[in-house]
Amino acid sequence: MSARPKLRVATTSLAGCFGCHMSLLDIDERLFALLERVEFDRSPITDVKEVGNCDVGLIEGGLCNAENVEVLREFRRRCKVLVAVGACAINGGLPAQRNPLSLPLLLQEVYRSEPGARFGRIPDDPELPLPLNKVHPLHEVVRIDHFIPGCPPSADAIWKVLTGLLAGEERPLDHGLIHLD
Amino acid sequence: MARHRHDPHELLQVLREVQESCGWIAPEAIDCIVARLNLPRTKVLGVATFYSFLHINPCGRYRVLFSDNITDRMLGSPALLERLCRSLWIERGKVSEDGLVSVDTTSCTGLCDQGPALLVNGRPVTRLTGRRVDEIAELIRESVPLEAWPAEYFRVDDNIQRRDALLGADYRPGEAIAAALARGPAALVEEMKASRLRGRGGAGFPAGLKWQACRDAPGRTHYLVCNADEGEPGNFKDRVLLACAADAVVEGMTLGALATGAWRGFLYLRGEYRFLLGHLEAVLERRRAARLLGESILGREGFDFDVAIHVGAGAYVCGEESALIESLEGKRGTPRSRPPYPVTEGYLGEPTVVNNVETFAASCLVALKGGAWYAGLGTAQSSGTKVLCVSGDCARPGIYEYPFGTSLREVLADSGAARTQAVQVSGPSGACVPAAEFDRRIAFEDLPTAGAVMVFDQGRDMFEVARNFVHFFRHESCGFCTPCRVGTSLLTNMMDKLANGLGSPYDFAEIGKMNLLLQSMSHCGLGHSACNPVLTTIDKFPGAFQSRLAHEDFEPAFDLDRALASARQMTGRDDRAAHVWPQSTEAP
Repeated sequence: MSARPKLRVATTSLAGCFGCHMSLLDIDERLFALLERVEFDRSPITDVKEVGNCDVGLIEGGLCNAENVEVLREFRRRCKVLVAVGACAINGGLPAQRNPLSLPLLLQEVYRSEPGARFGRIPDDPELPLPLNKVHPLHEVVRIDHFIPGCPPSADAIWKVLTGLLAGEERPLDHGLIHLD
Repeated sequence: MARHRHDPHELLQVLREVQESCGWIAPEAIDCIVARLNLPRTKVLGVATFYSFLHINPCGRYRVLFSDNITDRMLGSPALLERLCRSLWIERGKVSEDGLVSVDTTSCTGLCDQGPALLVNGRPVTRLTGRRVDEIAELIRESVPLEAWPAEYFRVDDNIQRRDALLGADYRPGEAIAAALARGPAALVEEMKASRLRGRGGAGFPAGLKWQACRDAPGRTHYLVCNADEGEPGNFKDRVLLACAADAVVEGMTLGALATGAWRGFLYLRGEYRFLLGHLEAVLERRRAARLLGESILGREGFDFDVAIHVGAGAYVCGEESALIESLEGKRGTPRSRPPYPVTEGYLGEPTVVNNVETFAASCLVALKGGAWYAGLGTAQSSGTKVLCVSGDCARPGIYEYPFGTSLREVLADSGAARTQAVQVSGPSGACVPAAEFDRRIAFEDLPTAGAVMVFDQGRDMFEVARNFVHFFRHESCGFCTPCRVGTSLLTNMMDKLANGLGSPYDFAEIGKMNLLLQSMSHCGLGHSACNPVLTTIDKFPGAFQSRLAHEDFEPAFDLDRALASARQMTGRDDRAAHVWPQSTEAP
């Protein structure tokens, strides 16, 4: 086992579908090699809820509400290197399809209009995060160090970036890893 | 459509005429065009939505477009636009509820020497003042037809301040053709090559070689195109040449026809210069009557050539020759991949010469006085003279013709420019020259230019100049390739972010990356040069950028808390979690 201290890695999904996390798990048996070199902090893998000081933060999903903003900022404060993982983190992705529509109109349509929700009301429980006017990609709100494109990025792409970070170098993703056609 | 022989290549002209007579292109009109021209609906809509002067939604009985070039802005156009909107009780970009009027901006209208300018239903109004704008508001409110507006509003002056070989030439229409006929077509091409006349649109390709290549290219027929799609902001020489020397331009085209064997020519007139159409048609008619156009020109059996005028509809990219040819063919103005070049595969796939207005006009001098004489003017690599369009901070804006090799300093002195900080040569895609380099010369070997010389004095903010140009490129990107379509938008957002005081060194680095991407990945010259204004401003005026990097670390370009405002309003919430708090301070 390496004598080097383990890299602390945190991961989270904001306005995402956890597909990128599934892709992370798809590195399969390489997870064992990874675990020799990294320690997971806040992540669905550990179920730790608060992010501590980390070397690397992996974030999937864009920003659709106030809580997303809060979590992202906390990650930026805590992580030395922040990586936007997947189409939603980079471009807003599927959730951003709502951007051409106005938010009040959407809320009205979903919660107040017939049928099915005839007597509905727009949820106002303080427990629920308020939606932002538009869905934003991560780099519009905080500084992002690296981007791994894909929907989801392949396990190999994630692996290449992670091993690059472990080695302390930037490893560009070549054609097969970012072109899916 | 019968007038256009139901020819699908005439689609743009048909759409433009529908727009002109109806004020917009209604769904019924689209149905009719689809049926009569036998074109797919998507194609008709694709073309109708490509050109900014065509509208598939009503845009008001009066459509007012303020020229948004930096020179118009410097003369106060943003405040005048606001003023007009206020007095008409309308919001910029939206049609008034009664369908009477809409007010917006458009790219440079080529009236920089007599701005601020606007177009109303396609007609230019020059020398705007607060008072004139108030009067216009009144005329619109009273629904006074444009024909009854004071003629003074529509006055467009030539403003020729200095003449040289081209503008000072004195010869009768037909004289150059007669001289060329006496020499013969092959000798004419040789004279053109000997003159070393280079294209005046900016790129500077030798005109004689182009004519020769087209002459030699096999094809069923050859075409000749005069590029009068003068869209580069700050340029207005073609406007003046077409107004005061149209005969020379058409005569030059006729020479080109003689040299290449073309029997049909097009003059592609930018939509902004629609007001010149009547004058140009009259010139063509007069020349036909004088047997300078049509069949058997000057009695020479077999020398047949005529010119048709195609009017554009507001698309800068159509100034690129292959996009222009696409547009002539009735398509969207998307630049083609080159090679093949137009001289072998141009209009309808046949060999085509595309030359600038000024190039054609200058070719008459070559035919009249010989290539050697012409080559004696100017410098080693740039023979002849250049018509410059001087605008911005100077006492005497207008048209100045100089022999190539004239220094910027001389141009500035002649035009009465004082305390000059910088000159943008050849428009946004050209070069920004600081005061220390004013001894540089107008010539292909030093400062190539399509003609524009925009002058900025020490009171101007060069960052704002670059930002205006970046906005221009975003608006004019044809949308065909993603690097340019998206890249120009992102670049604009970045520059706006800096302008809003939210910049940091991080954003500055991002601009650098975007420049690299645009230059290496774009399909055509528009994308390649979209970052030029930013690059040269960073290079020559770093201070103008540094002062915009107000923050040490990254800041979002928008207000996060305000982004929750409508959700707060819809839910009636105002609790702690209903806000995004500034990072440095604790929530109350």
